[in-house]
Amino acid sequence: MSTSTDALPPGALPQGGRPVDPSHLGHRNDATAAEREYTGAGAGGPAPKRIVVGYGFWIFILSDVILFATLFATYAVLAGNRAGGPGPHALFDLRNTAEETVLLLFSSFACGMASLAVARRNLLWTQVTLLITGLLGAGFLVLESGEFARMVSRGAGPTHSAFLSAFFTLVGCHGLHVTAGLLWLGTMMAQFWAKGFRQNIRHRFLCFTLFWHALDIIWVGIFSLVYLIGEVLP
Amino acid sequence: MHLLGQLSWQAIPFDEPLPMIAGGVVLLCVVAVLLWVWLKGYVPYLWREWITSVDHKRIGVMYCALALVMLLRGFIDAIMMRTQQAMAFHAAGYLPASHFDQIFSAHGTIMIFFMAMPFMIGLMNLVVPLQLGVRDVAFPTLNSVSFWLTAAGALLVNLSLVIGSFSRTGWLPYPPLSELTYSPDVGVDYYCWAIEISGIGTLITGINFVTTILKLRAPGMHYTRMPMFCWTALASNLLIVAAFPILTVSLALLLLDRYAGFHFFTNLGGGNAMMFMNLIWAWGHPEVYILILPAFGVYSEVVSTFSGKPLFGYRSMVIATMAICLISFMVWLHHFFTMGAGADVNAFFGIASMIIAVPTGVKIFNWLFTMYGGRVRFSAAMLWSLGFMVSFVIGGMTGVMLAEPTADFELHNSLFLVAHFHNVIITGVLFGAFAGYSYWFPKAFGFVLDERLGKWAFWLWFIGFWVAWAPGYVLGLEGMTRRLQHYDVAAWRPWLLVAAVGVLIILAAIIVQVAQLVVSIRTRASRRDLTGDPWNGRNLEWSIASPPPPFNYAVLPHVENQEPYWDMKQRALEAGHLQTPEPAYGPIEMPRNSATGFVCAFFAVVTGFALIWRIWWLVALGLVGAYATFVRFAWRDVEEQVIPADEVARLERANRAARSQALAVLAERVPTP
Amino acid sequence: MATAAELNFTRPLHCLRPMLALAALALSGCDSWIERPAGPISSAERIIFLDTLAIMLLIVVPVIIAIIGFAWWFRASNERARHLPHWSFSGRIELVIWSIPALVVLFLGGIAWISAHDLDPGRSLASKRAPLEIDVVALDWKWLFIYPQQGVASVNRLVVPAGVPLRFRLTSATVWNAFWIPKLGSMLYCMYGMAGTLYLQADRPGVYHGLSAMISGDGFATMHFDTQALSDAQFQAWSVSARAAGPALDEPAYRALLKPSSEVSPYSYRSVMPHLFDAIVLQRLPPGPGGASKP
Repeated sequence: MSTSTDALPPGALPQGGRPVDPSHLGHRNDATAAEREYTGAGAGGPAPKRIVVGYGFWIFILSDVILFATLFATYAVLAGNRAGGPGPHALFDLRNTAEETVLLLFSSFACGMASLAVARRNLLWTQVTLLITGLLGAGFLVLESGEFARMVSRGAGPTHSAFLSAFFTLVGCHGLHVTAGLLWLGTMMAQFWAKGFRQNIRHRFLCFTLFWHALDIIWVGIFSLVYLIGEVLP
Repeated sequence: MHLLGQLSWQAIPFDEPLPMIAGGVVLLCVVAVLLWVWLKGYVPYLWREWITSVDHKRIGVMYCALALVMLLRGFIDAIMMRTQQAMAFHAAGYLPASHFDQIFSAHGTIMIFFMAMPFMIGLMNLVVPLQLGVRDVAFPTLNSVSFWLTAAGALLVNLSLVIGSFSRTGWLPYPPLSELTYSPDVGVDYYCWAIEISGIGTLITGINFVTTILKLRAPGMHYTRMPMFCWTALASNLLIVAAFPILTVSLALLLLDRYAGFHFFTNLGGGNAMMFMNLIWAWGHPEVYILILPAFGVYSEVVSTFSGKPLFGYRSMVIATMAICLISFMVWLHHFFTMGAGADVNAFFGIASMIIAVPTGVKIFNWLFTMYGGRVRFSAAMLWSLGFMVSFVIGGMTGVMLAEPTADFELHNSLFLVAHFHNVIITGVLFGAFAGYSYWFPKAFGFVLDERLGKWAFWLWFIGFWVAWAPGYVLGLEGMTRRLQHYDVAAWRPWLLVAAVGVLIILAAIIVQVAQLVVSIRTRASRRDLTGDPWNGRNLEWSIASPPPPFNYAVLPHVENQEPYWDMKQRALEAGHLQTPEPAYGPIEMPRNSATGFVCAFFAVVTGFALIWRIWWLVALGLVGAYATFVRFAWRDVEEQVIPADEVARLERANRAARSQALAVLAERVPTP
Repeated sequence: MATAAELNFTRPLHCLRPMLALAALALSGCDSWIERPAGPISSAERIIFLDTLAIMLLIVVPVIIAIIGFAWWFRASNERARHLPHWSFSGRIELVIWSIPALVVLFLGGIAWISAHDLDPGRSLASKRAPLEIDVVALDWKWLFIYPQQGVASVNRLVVPAGVPLRFRLTSATVWNAFWIPKLGSMLYCMYGMAGTLYLQADRPGVYHGLSAMISGDGFATMHFDTQALSDAQFQAWSVSARAAGPALDEPAYRALLKPSSEVSPYSYRSVMPHLFDAIVLQRLPPGPGGASKP
């Protein structure tokens, strides 16, 4: 029963009395059920839990990226407002930044190794690689707090100028995210140890790895737009 | 370091009768209700069925209940403002400036964050999973967390009435006024922490609904078969995900200035208050579209149902909705044309603001043509929709006028502006909320609201709104600015008196609405909705019982068309019996209840309060408690509860019987095509 | 340059404009920038407002009539109305309902572009007279008007010559305010550390209400001021008398002004310390101390 709806006057009904394609979107009455259903647009019913959890977390990461984008924008606008105080050239220690970057990048690598261990359900290697991830992340935080403490002791703390407020907030917010990530990491290690590789714990771990890698990407943005550009500009 | 930070007995305004009386009355009511609940033995029921519920329908109802309560609170603020301005001509009125400033700040904050947002989110919670043909949202426990965090924010704002004071800067805390130098008391802190806490809840809602709408739909429901309400819910939640982080950052920067002496927006130290304007309005403009888009979705549902026709121009409605979603991020500067950004910038944003009026206008025309050729039934929900259409075009018109930068130079911050946004928010968002409330109440509770009282409420609101706010347009043109605690210009007085009368008419409307609820509950036995489809609806939510079983659908429906339920009904009418055969019933797993949301919000209130009063040890405790709550939630072994097959069968069979009965009734009424 | 005549680019709406103005007059029955603008800026803005209103009403009024009309005609009890239960698409209607708003927006957008440039606050006015400079400082909770060319200053009263362009430089010593004289024209924000430029002109002598249009604290409602537009001779007389009496606005006097106060009766200063406005903007003088919760 192949009926084309194009020949019918508007508002009239095809055979069977039921309007097909009332909004003229191109649906054909003679398509097979399978053809009609498969659009790749999620019409196959609710997605499986793993996809839903991952997708939701990606959306969260998008929102977090916008949060950092706002901080980047604020930094960009306020970077010139030094209130007579020191600017980036005087304050930034690029060697320290390089060390922080190395620690964070290797920590992400270790996290990738942990993903592999979890896929293999190997508890020992999961814990070892997660511990390394955590230690490298903690090392990053130690270096960063050291940098902040040095700047404060030189009289270049966040209360001195808009530029410094923006710097400390942007970099500090990233550091706070890393700290929260370490808390989460510890909890994941405890969960793996106590409960094994249950499906929902693996879903949460998937989210953690997304988070940890995203923090790495934000750091790349920070050291490029804050530290490197700060060194180049007067 | 004092153990209680800055908190002391002086925080309670014993010497100010108004907040003391108001606070006393509220405290009495709250204690009375709590006592009644406890003595009647409702606590276990409430805990099990509502407080720890992760069911989207229950959470939706709680959101709407919060919104209605906050509507009353915000409206009392409105009455106080109108009466003050009616009296304060060459006089001080009865509200000193420090109170008046808190009242207009609280009014705006409560109405936007704790009335309009919860109302829209509540309706989306209740309806979207039902319309998508699925059992719940993507993250049910996080949904509960969202609600309770919103309630936590509302609680903090209301606490400021009796402990400390509220912000005096307006509903958006512009620096330098909101900085510590010029607002040294805790008011701005109450505002900021309440919004930050509830903002987390809202962001989680955004993530939840975007994931639900894009990844959880009944089989066969591709995007072009989604009901219009789900499309607008999608657009609104995409805006939430994109915009709320900006709000979080803006207020966090202000809090850093206030708490830690940073210099983002301060006068000294290189701060730039203009940055705050840009940041806050980059959130603020999408926020108003977050509010109006779900309302537009409600109108699409209501107008098509009560015209007995499919929505006209579905495709262009979708395009218009997504266009509004996108363009809403490109217009924010129209909130501060008078900041002096220059002609090029002003013109660009003015033109962009006018462009966004195009898809909005297209929607109005589409609703108009939905009625054309239909059989319009004037239920209360339809009246709200018609009242909206007629009034909103005027509000939109004044919006386009304000979008002309040079006109805005004379109208900015005047009562013309205030009348414009009350026009679009009341007749747009609030009427949509009321339409949705009337329309979906039977689905949520199983009985219909009294229609007669509903219509009375509509007419009183409609007339009251215009009596209250038409003078606003005139006053703006007369050169009256907003937020004036007293004034000396004789020409303004008559209009302010008319506006006060208008607010009294709205008071009558609200009284009628309360009466409607009370009367409807009292007589609910006689107004039961037995079929699940009291309005001859068109989408899937009407295909299940009212109220729906916890799992919504015993078997997820297979969708083959737009307006799938209408399609199902027509086929069943032709055939003379239900089309879907009785399914093989199996057990259904649903997420278990959880106290995570409630407990987390408790710690959020503790942390927020402690932050406001600088009680640092309590802040640490609150944060640890919140984290511990989540860890405890993560630790549970059993995440789901099973509804056994025979229970599913029982519920579903009752539904099928009801629908067969409804089919018979429909067959008598509707001539076969 | 921006005179009312030059901005008269919507001739077809000439007939509508008086009608709307009449309606506005009937509604308000009094003296506002909408019926009797007192300067070239407010005159031009009035035209733009009324033109925009007219064009929008051309759409809005038929739409409202259609909404009520359709709802009524197609009511369920009306057997005579056409019944099209499945009609939900029409390409032709879609074309029209997208085009009409788009065309209106195109037109209004053109007005927006042109008028935003012509009426930019910082754009000087076309006039044979040299502009009078007035520096405006918003304080908690009063207005300070400095006349650098006359060497005097005035608090809470703005005295200006009629028919002369006025070049305002605006700043705030504390929180933001917005300087607004509705009958004369545009408002502009007064922001600490910034100097905004605003051109206005009073075409004829009179007293015009001025106020702040941005909440600035508890004393905000008292930040209204009278703008007295005088003839040239009278303005000269005023500036001479101002130089003859009153305190001097030196640094101690300015610091005293910084302290929060409200309901300040107008008075004037006979002399002003040089470059006071610049010192305020460049933050060589401190901002207002704030802190007072009661005016």
